[in-house]
Amino acid sequence: MLEDTRSLPFFNRGPSAVARLVFFSLLSLMLLFVDARYRYLESTRQVIAVIIYPLQRLTTLPGTLWHDGSEYISLQRHLVAQNEALRLQHDADAARLNQFEAVLNENEQLRALLEIKQRSDYNVRAAQIVYLERDIFKRKLLVDAGARAGVLAGQAVIDNRGVVGQVTRTFPWLSEVTLVTDKNNIVPVQVVRNGLRAAVFGSGNISEMELRYQPVAVDIEVGDELVTSGLDGTYPPALPVAKVVRIERDPAYAFAHIVCAPLAGVDRHRTLLVVSSVSSLPPRPLDDAAGERPSGKKSIKRGAR
Amino acid sequence: MKSLLNTDREFLLPASRRFIFASLIVAVLFEWLPWHGWALAARPDFVALVLLYWCTHKPHRVGIGTAWVLGILVDVADASLFGQHALAYSVLAFGGLVLNRRVQMFSLKEQSLHVFALLLVSYAVYALVHWQVRGFVAWEYFIGSLTSALLWAPLTLLIQTLRRPRRDSDQL
Repeated sequence: MLEDTRSLPFFNRGPSAVARLVFFSLLSLMLLFVDARYRYLESTRQVIAVIIYPLQRLTTLPGTLWHDGSEYISLQRHLVAQNEALRLQHDADAARLNQFEAVLNENEQLRALLEIKQRSDYNVRAAQIVYLERDIFKRKLLVDAGARAGVLAGQAVIDNRGVVGQVTRTFPWLSEVTLVTDKNNIVPVQVVRNGLRAAVFGSGNISEMELRYQPVAVDIEVGDELVTSGLDGTYPPALPVAKVVRIERDPAYAFAHIVCAPLAGVDRHRTLLVVSSVSSLPPRPLDDAAGERPSGKKSIKRGAR
Repeated sequence: MKSLLNTDREFLLPASRRFIFASLIVAVLFEWLPWHGWALAARPDFVALVLLYWCTHKPHRVGIGTAWVLGILVDVADASLFGQHALAYSVLAFGGLVLNRRVQMFSLKEQSLHVFALLLVSYAVYALVHWQVRGFVAWEYFIGSLTSALLWAPLTLLIQTLRRPRRDSDQL
């Protein structure tokens, strides 16, 4: 405390504190406005992200060391038991896979007969989760495959149980994934039981999604499974998304209130799969083609902005 | 608390630029640890605390400019909007500068109360921006300001200890 006991000379050391506050606040507000409205600052963000990337990896080091260390000293017995369980799982899966392959062949033949293009093929790339949600307001996470690994914004992210989310921003070595439960994230889905098409909306709550805009008398039951319909060309078709857990049919409202629980377990894995190529759909015809706009049918918005 | 007031007036090593810089970097690293779930909701804002410490104890060295630059760094790491943390930290640093004379007259317990109020304002600024842009606010977010305020006393003691001159090199 000894070296500056003099009083704070606000007014003769450059601009005053109030002036500086006003200056920096205006600067922040300007940045906020530009970032929220126009997204001009992505390249600046990229540069800063590259600079801080080593520091970010450094902070995940204790967790990684702990994980690897505990794996290293985990007991032989535990490993044997785990191995046994995995082998059983593998056998069961292999049997089902054989069945699946037969069905796949049959499906291909049927599609060939009907001359419908096969479009369920897709490639995946594994990516490790670096960070779970960084911010309590958002359902986002960062994975360690970025633009350098060929990841593009808009690609779907899945795990072994279903759809996790979508890549919304890529950095050279990282990508930001917005979870399906993020507020206002939309996934086009289909009900497995009856093929009904719908769109499921994120609620901002990690364990809830909403099936909106369905009439009160809609044919949906608790326990119905929702899979991606593949209609938007972002998500490959037939991946599990959510399960219906609660339905409130109140005739006072135009729509039923349908709550679903997401099926993918983001909190259970360290590795996710980024869907790198979905066979592309033919380009969407332009809306303003001489009044041929289909009326009444609202097109489903894509999840990515 | 008496003893602490004494240590506060006791001779402390002048804080070198390097020491201030290192403490801020360490705070940022703590902030970037992979917190999630409830730990994330209750995560103290380490950067805000260390920033506030330097704003109240060394207002000539660390001010609104430093706060703003730190805020931009945190914004990029958190994937929040550009300027969101920067704005919140600028307001926080301003509060620290205005209160710097007053805060040092109080005991740690009373200081924590002042710090809580400042943090609450800065958290509110952040939440307000979020509400304006995205249209909703998660109330659990404000738990962080409480845990941060609780951490003020231990953090102050820690930094004061590090800044105290040592007679021989083995002494803390």
